[in-house]
Amino acid sequence: MNRRVFAIALGIAICLLPLVSNAYWTDVCVSIGIYALLALSLNVILGQAGIFHMGHAAFFAVGAYVTGVCNTIQHIPILWLMPVSGLAAAVFAYLVARPIIHLRGDYLLVVTIGIVEIVRIALLNDLFGLTGGSNGTFGIARPEFLGFRIVKGIHFYYLVWGMVGATLLLFHGLWRSRFGRALNCIKEDDIASECCGIDVSGYKLAAFVLGAFWAGMAGTVYAAKMTTIAPESFNFMESVIVFAVVILSGGSQLGVLVSTFLFIGLPELLREFASARMLLFGLAMMGMMIWRPQGLLPPLARRYGGGLKSAAPDAMKDGPP
Amino acid sequence: MSLLAVREMTKAFGGLMAVNDLSFEVEQGSIVGMIGPNGAGKTTVFNCITGNYVPEAGDIEFDGRPIKGVRPHRIVELGIARTFQTIRLFGRLTVLENVLAGRHCRMKAGLLACMFHGRAMQREEREAVRRCMEELEFLGLADRRGEAAGGLSYGNQRLLEIARALATEPKLLILDEPAGGMNAQETDALIEVIRAIRARGVTILLIEHDMRLVMQVSERLVVLENGSLIAEGTPEHVRRHPAVIEAYLGSSDGRW
Repeated sequence: MNRRVFAIALGIAICLLPLVSNAYWTDVCVSIGIYALLALSLNVILGQAGIFHMGHAAFFAVGAYVTGVCNTIQHIPILWLMPVSGLAAAVFAYLVARPIIHLRGDYLLVVTIGIVEIVRIALLNDLFGLTGGSNGTFGIARPEFLGFRIVKGIHFYYLVWGMVGATLLLFHGLWRSRFGRALNCIKEDDIASECCGIDVSGYKLAAFVLGAFWAGMAGTVYAAKMTTIAPESFNFMESVIVFAVVILSGGSQLGVLVSTFLFIGLPELLREFASARMLLFGLAMMGMMIWRPQGLLPPLARRYGGGLKSAAPDAMKDGPP
Repeated sequence: MSLLAVREMTKAFGGLMAVNDLSFEVEQGSIVGMIGPNGAGKTTVFNCITGNYVPEAGDIEFDGRPIKGVRPHRIVELGIARTFQTIRLFGRLTVLENVLAGRHCRMKAGLLACMFHGRAMQREEREAVRRCMEELEFLGLADRRGEAAGGLSYGNQRLLEIARALATEPKLLILDEPAGGMNAQETDALIEVIRAIRARGVTILLIEHDMRLVMQVSERLVVLENGSLIAEGTPEHVRRHPAVIEAYLGSSDGRW
């Protein structure tokens, strides 16, 4: 199937969806959008650079809590807090990733799991007396944009999916640049990358910091949408879900969107099967592993000027990182 | 003046002295071959020069600067590029993108420029692609640019590694067994390639077991055994050197 046609159709469907669906499904799609932001940002780290990072919920939590605390205590408007939260998550990511960035594969994975747990437990213990312990932070204000208050589900829908759209464009640019190529080289062979002049730990760190910035901004939207945030929303399972979304996607941005819909949307669709839904979901995952181990939609070839085609279409057949 | 000077370098792995008090120099514009029996420490010497290992003692000076302990990617920026004994290409990326990886260190676009694709960034990309295509043409791989690098023949993969190294605009090119796995014709072609690279003003240091290639292209040879220098000089001189003959053929004093 032609991916471009599919992408355009998906884009139009996303734009029109809230006009025809009910409030419940609009809400579900808002949370799909937030997960999409998280998964797209994790895709830079995990899908592009091949860094096994299973602690993305930690950066999401930092963003959400910075927003929550600054808004409820200092009453700073939400949209101002979006870059601040992104920056806070990015700084946090830099500090925790700097000493561990040289770790490889599963070793790094274990440390990132540690990070997400440490963050959750710190929040649970009412960090600096600001985070409200297990009750969390509540009464977070709604975002306001030029006097327009974003309150209803449909407002959030367009805010979130607008952000997803901008993210897609910017990250696509990144993928088509020396930055994106460097991350792919690091994923393939980090020693060879270092020896042909790529600052491997610098780029790994940059991928982390960038991904965390985005996760922090997603945290702001989440906090504003929920108005209440609690440590349990940022547990290890959330990290695993986002991780699985990226692995399932195959690494392309379109793949990430599709697999987010499958992962977050499908369980909602299967709700009437009640207890059997996780079973169905598990079967679907097993089917994927058997028939499509390379993921849903692996990235296509990059194109270079003068019709110079880059990757052979089956260049990525070997499966997920 | 010599481009590369290794002085009293020592590198040990636990109790094993891989390189022991080794000194040699590589003149600007020359082709120097490094030979020696298996396990003599040749690749370790290369890894110390390119920053993959840090020697315990001694100094390495490149282009008038000390480079001991400098990280590998910085050494590439300073002008030393290498290929690997066991091919290390980015197998699932294309031929062109492998060369672009070598070009990376001569490009400047930062994170934001890469995201927004400003005009300067696009110009730099076009220029990089043009330069890399030139390198591919130089090595006869231009029409394979869109193929996955892992699908190339062994000989072509070796050439592609050289193209990737050349894309970094090196002053010194270090080749670790470039003819490994090549047939006789490919080796002949490689000899021409090595001479053509030197004609471009690039100094070459190579490890090679194919004596025909080493004797034909090298102007000077450095012979290692058990991590120490046992002979140095022109191929003619080295060929007749008693220590070299002993290292390769065993001693002639009737011990065996």
